[in-house]
Amino acid sequence: MGPFLETLIGGLMTGMLYSLVALGFVLIFKASGVFNFAQGAMVLFAALAMARFGEWIPQWTGLQSKVMSDLLAFVAAMLVMIAAAWLIEKLVLGKLVNQEGITLLMATLGVTYFFDGFGQTVFGSDVYSIDVGMPKEPMFLFEKTFPGGILVSQEDLVAALVAAALVAALAAFFRYTSTGRALRAVADDHQAAQSIGIPLNRIWVIVWSVAGFAALVAGIIWGSKLGVQFSLSQVALKALPVVILGGLTSVPGAIVGGLIIGVGEKLSEVFIGPYFGGGIEIWFAYVLALLFLLVRPQGLFGEKIIDRV
Amino acid sequence: MKLKSLALAAALAAAGTCAMLGTAPAFAQQKEQFFPVLVYRTGAYAPNGVPFANGYVDYLKYVNAKGGINGVKIVYEECETAYATDKGVECYERLKGKYGGATVFQPLSTGITFALTEKAPGDKIPLITSGYGRADSADGMVFKWNFPLLGTYWTAADILVQHIGKKEGGLDKLKGKKIALVYHDSPYGKEPIPMLQELSKLYGYDLQLLPVTHPGVEQKATWLQVRQTRPDYVFLWGWGVMNSAALKEAVATGYPRDKMYGVWWSGAEPDVKDVGMAAKGYHALAMQHGPEPNSKIVKDILQVVHGKGQGTGPKEEVGQVLYMRGLIAAMMGVEGVKRAQERFGKGKVMTGEEVRWGLENLALDQKKLDALGFAGVMRPVSTSCADHMGAGYARIETWDGAKWEVGNEWYEADQSVIKPLVKTSADKYAAEKKQARRTPEDCQS
Amino acid sequence: MLYRENGQFKTSYRSDQQIFPIAQDRYLVLALIAFAFIGVPLLAPEYLFRAILIPFLILSLAALGLNLLVGYCGQISLGTGGFMAVGAYAAYNLFVRIDGMPAVAAIVLGGVFATVVGVLFGIPSLRIKGLYLAVATLAAQFFCDWAFLRIKWLTGNSASGSVSVADLSLLGWKIDSPADKYLFCLGFVVLFALVAKNLVRSHIGREWMAIRDMDVAAAVIGIRPVYAKLTAFAVSSFFVGVAGALWGFVHLGSWEPAAFNIDRSFQLLFMIIIGGLGSIMGSFFGAAFIVVLPIFLDNLPYLFGIPIDTALAAHMTFMIFGTLIVFFLVVEPHGLARLWSIGKEKLRLWPFPH
Repeated sequence: MGPFLETLIGGLMTGMLYSLVALGFVLIFKASGVFNFAQGAMVLFAALAMARFGEWIPQWTGLQSKVMSDLLAFVAAMLVMIAAAWLIEKLVLGKLVNQEGITLLMATLGVTYFFDGFGQTVFGSDVYSIDVGMPKEPMFLFEKTFPGGILVSQEDLVAALVAAALVAALAAFFRYTSTGRALRAVADDHQAAQSIGIPLNRIWVIVWSVAGFAALVAGIIWGSKLGVQFSLSQVALKALPVVILGGLTSVPGAIVGGLIIGVGEKLSEVFIGPYFGGGIEIWFAYVLALLFLLVRPQGLFGEKIIDRV
Repeated sequence: MKLKSLALAAALAAAGTCAMLGTAPAFAQQKEQFFPVLVYRTGAYAPNGVPFANGYVDYLKYVNAKGGINGVKIVYEECETAYATDKGVECYERLKGKYGGATVFQPLSTGITFALTEKAPGDKIPLITSGYGRADSADGMVFKWNFPLLGTYWTAADILVQHIGKKEGGLDKLKGKKIALVYHDSPYGKEPIPMLQELSKLYGYDLQLLPVTHPGVEQKATWLQVRQTRPDYVFLWGWGVMNSAALKEAVATGYPRDKMYGVWWSGAEPDVKDVGMAAKGYHALAMQHGPEPNSKIVKDILQVVHGKGQGTGPKEEVGQVLYMRGLIAAMMGVEGVKRAQERFGKGKVMTGEEVRWGLENLALDQKKLDALGFAGVMRPVSTSCADHMGAGYARIETWDGAKWEVGNEWYEADQSVIKPLVKTSADKYAAEKKQARRTPEDCQS
Repeated sequence: MLYRENGQFKTSYRSDQQIFPIAQDRYLVLALIAFAFIGVPLLAPEYLFRAILIPFLILSLAALGLNLLVGYCGQISLGTGGFMAVGAYAAYNLFVRIDGMPAVAAIVLGGVFATVVGVLFGIPSLRIKGLYLAVATLAAQFFCDWAFLRIKWLTGNSASGSVSVADLSLLGWKIDSPADKYLFCLGFVVLFALVAKNLVRSHIGREWMAIRDMDVAAAVIGIRPVYAKLTAFAVSSFFVGVAGALWGFVHLGSWEPAAFNIDRSFQLLFMIIIGGLGSIMGSFFGAAFIVVLPIFLDNLPYLFGIPIDTALAAHMTFMIFGTLIVFFLVVEPHGLARLWSIGKEKLRLWPFPH
């Protein structure tokens, strides 16, 4: 029982971490109808910016306080992501308005390559660390009931709470603010939104900046967990099943999807994996998402796909 | 679109293709020894590839500064592989004929090694795969052109088990102990498994295999399993981010780091720097050398190469574990050329075949190594027709939170267990390729 | 002036329905194929064969297969690398385990195995559409990655999981020199391209395109979606499996599962999107672009004699590559094949203005 609970809790928290990355995908798809394959590269780019600015700002300004320099690094990284969002809108999205989904997908793949090369050129390809004071030691609960206790990773717990807070904030943003409503309108139909006067390019800059913010937060959390290096962009591959399971257009779907995938992955690897020699978690997550999609082809909370003839 | 722009675009494309065809150099200087340098300075494994490449190139520059190999200058060219097999093959094809012919290739990737093992014999260029590649390529009677100098994954596995046995008070005390192998799910990580299984049959320990899918970023499930089965020791066979992720997960699940032993590719600064004090007590294999900032060769290089502003990387990197690995790899290549020159003509440029003979007949005794500046860093290396490995020594290094401390004890791999396994595997390869074992006469050529 | 159809009268249905109705096109393509078979082996240096032509041919075959699925039938699939791996390993097992199995038969049968796996993983396409399908096909990719690492029987029980093949021959002709390998691949590619072109002109191709354009309307007029989609997966996987077997046998010689990983799948998708979805010619253009451009960019500093640090050169390659992809998409979203047909259209008028 003990190992099962441990794995369950571990899976839930890993799932929240995946949702953090999945949020970026959902935000951009919801508002601009583009499946942003560059999300992983954006997470890496944001994390690199944060890590390097965190090193450089004390050098440039002679600031002693770590908290202050980290805060400034955060602001600087955010500004970089907003600039990137503006450039992407101007040079890529703006020129490809109303093209097919696959063309836009391809454009984001091109942007991925660009981010990969540019990020490594400007910030370097070494391993960098982000230290935001996350607790690294594990916590053991219920040591009297279960031998050895239930292991709960404190770092993951903090990350899960941050992810939940971010999701709640974004859901509120979409629902209760006028910008949020405008974003939903744009997601529904670009041309209709344009025709009622919603400035498409400004909305896109906002959306990509918000996605950039989500990428930055995800980058900081994953970066502090793993160290900031090139493989960080591979985390996006683990977040894709979450996106499609929850539905491409649903923010709460990203959370629910994340929890399901996280739990499924970990339980399968720990309990079913040994019979297959191990290493099954990545394809199991995709197969799980696939099975859910067979029942609900639009994801759990996604918009129903209506084909009109 | 205007016809003119289309025509211009087509003309540019044609010009580009023509330029492509003319990438072979216009001149082939026979007066220089060409060392191609396959590196990965970008991509997922860059943090480990960069110091190795810097060490390699620095040594080549150092040899040139000292007058070359008996007067023959070295010319080198880097090619970026990003650890991808097909890019490695493309780099090989591009560089093998340049500057009069490549001397030796050192891919630093097991995947590229497998692919080049097929091509190098046809092109007559030796491959040095020092501490990686095919474990069975130590058998020179089958693998004429492969040189896994200084160690293979089977010697690594054996030495780790020897050390554990020593810790327990004798190899017989290993009976009933649990050892978990957390390995990179690729040929690199799977290579030690047959050896470890063979040794488990011999010494009676329980081997648990825990694969980690590339790139090894997500290891929570693996370490939860480790926590549940509570092995006595964990062997780590990772590369790149997998190493630091493993250590971080070990911290997060409370597995004592001093019971973790990494192979020599899991024991460098980039792997533990990020984890810092939390990884204190983590051990790794040192393939003869650890970080050697006080060795004579490092001091020489700092003076001769970095002192004149010719250093390839930052000065702080000189002497670190992977830098030394690259340095020693380059040194072995240069010594192979030197040995070839002893037979085929001192002061002349050596062909790939001649260098192959040189690598097969290396006789680096302690005096020679000390003279080269490797006193206390390396032990004698001597290769032969049947043995392309040359030496099977290693030490254990431990991370003390800020740097690696190399132990004083030198272990030697137990050839009585390894040799039969190598022979069986090499024979299997020879049968697959329908090639016969080399004859003793062939050894003399 | 040169490219007019003046005087070319078709007097039979057969001549009207041929693949290249305009004589100039026909002559050009036949000349190109003749040059490819005869001229290139005589003129090209070894590096060109090994590093550019052979990868180009094999990847264009795979891109062709993927284009049939994505461009003609509209089912986005990201599992191509996995299907290539199935083809390669199946061919390997047949070649090594059965004495006297000819290489060509092993390669073709490898394609058949890939077909079976492709149809299996294509079944979700009956229910799932669009981007959801794309991500779901990644299940195929990762499952194949895992299977070839874990199931030892599939990789000949080798310790490391790497396999190798040697001694390819075709009816007594030993295929060992680069020119031989090039001709072997060229034969496959020309044959398969002809098959593909005829398939898309036939009723199956029309069914695929109907499903791509409006699958509900297609079902209404009597096209069975099951049949169309699964045949698309089947044919596409066959092409891709054969390409995978060629990649392992001819280009690499010795390979591991990582040779067919997700990067390969993405690379093939890039090729067909840049080259042009729904176009046979486009697969070739895209393959040429993706194979040649990185090598060209890598060599650029040396051409101009500027010694750039390899890391910077590699990063610049990435950035220029990404920029060019975006540039081509902005300029011509339908790919290089569309640019080619626009060029031909303009050429029909040239030098007259209209």
